[in-house]
Amino acid sequence: MCLAIPARIVELDQDKAVVDAMGNRWKAKTTLLPEVKLGDIVLVHAGFAISLVDEEEAKKTWDLFAEIEDFENTQNKVSG
Amino acid sequence: MLDRIDRARRTIDEACRSVGRQITVMEVCGTHTVSIFRSGIRSLLPERLKLLSGPGCPVCVTDQGYIDAVMHLADRDDCLIATYGDMIRVPGSDGSLETRAVRGNVRVVLSSEDALQLARDNPNKSVVFIAVGFETTAPATAVVVKEAAAEGIENFFVLSGHKLVLPAMRALLGGMNDRVDAFLCPGHVSVIIGWGAFAEIVADYGRPCVVAGFEPVQIVEALAEICRQLAAGKPELRSLYGAVVTEKGNLAAQRIIAECFEPVDGYWRGLGKIAASTLALREQYKRFDAFERFGLAAGPGREIPGCRCGEVLCGLIDPVECPLFASQCTPQAPIGPCMVSSEGTCSAWFKYGRRT
Repeated sequence: MCLAIPARIVELDQDKAVVDAMGNRWKAKTTLLPEVKLGDIVLVHAGFAISLVDEEEAKKTWDLFAEIEDFENTQNKVSG
Repeated sequence: MLDRIDRARRTIDEACRSVGRQITVMEVCGTHTVSIFRSGIRSLLPERLKLLSGPGCPVCVTDQGYIDAVMHLADRDDCLIATYGDMIRVPGSDGSLETRAVRGNVRVVLSSEDALQLARDNPNKSVVFIAVGFETTAPATAVVVKEAAAEGIENFFVLSGHKLVLPAMRALLGGMNDRVDAFLCPGHVSVIIGWGAFAEIVADYGRPCVVAGFEPVQIVEALAEICRQLAAGKPELRSLYGAVVTEKGNLAAQRIIAECFEPVDGYWRGLGKIAASTLALREQYKRFDAFERFGLAAGPGREIPGCRCGEVLCGLIDPVECPLFASQCTPQAPIGPCMVSSEGTCSAWFKYGRRT
């Protein structure tokens, strides 16, 4: 349930963002991370950015997800 | 990467030999449970290192009384239930949300924002958000409660079952299962509360606490660090998830949790009543509290007959010791929540192996 996915902020309007992970895009809010800016990579949990992540860490997770066959499913629910 | 694994394995082997007894390490995070099983880490470890999955899966630790309150609300014609997907198949005393979904008043949401939007879109219904999860998930609920208050939305309610990790760890060490030698601490809870929060477990109980992310190599290295500390007899607090977790955590998230919620005594499956372990809405937000609005009590529920999820959650038994495991209780036809949730201990044992 505490699964969180690193994603890059590709659109940002106040605390409303669109994030991108490996080409998957979805809406997220940055209310809990007020200092973020366009292009930052953030950890997204249940529709909210909760932490900044560096590029290297994000890539490790993306690689890991790429190995997990049910990645698509994780986009459709909060739990992992 | 193989170097790192080899080095960690050597440390673990040496430490286990030097300690000279079984070492028991508990993780308290469903995502760790799944990562450990899926990556095959357990097969790398010596017999003397026993890994337990503790009360880290939010759906699993949620008491039956709460589940039955959810079912009660789902049976009302005036309510629309907004729930994370995890909860949908959890059985109450009489059926689950899934069995009730045919009535059309149960919606799966990906975010608390979606739940609030349902309330905006359905002004004639009372939309009840089934708010479960640990510190990682609680801020998302707090944000929408504040939004609902600011917008004056009157048909949005939160059934808060949010739980705090530290009181559960203390309850375990304080008597429920003091065999636990050390904790592998949850990565994403730590994002919110900060790795520094686990210092009290090290100080009060002398147990090593190591925060790790979900990359298998990092988990093995965290286990090695725990074993090294136990062999040296010096329990410490360490975080290996440095790229993501800070010592103090997400202060904005902590502030909004504290603003909307207060810790109250709460019931946990297996662990029973734990003081100041569950988040309830504060007085100024009580009008959004589904327990208040619908006159429900957050009391203990009836246990599921024959189900030993409670003991599994405390690390007192392995899933295979439950007579229902893999016979009457399977992921296809689950009886207890640890089999229902994809990150439950029983589900992981069923899917990825049953080493005792």
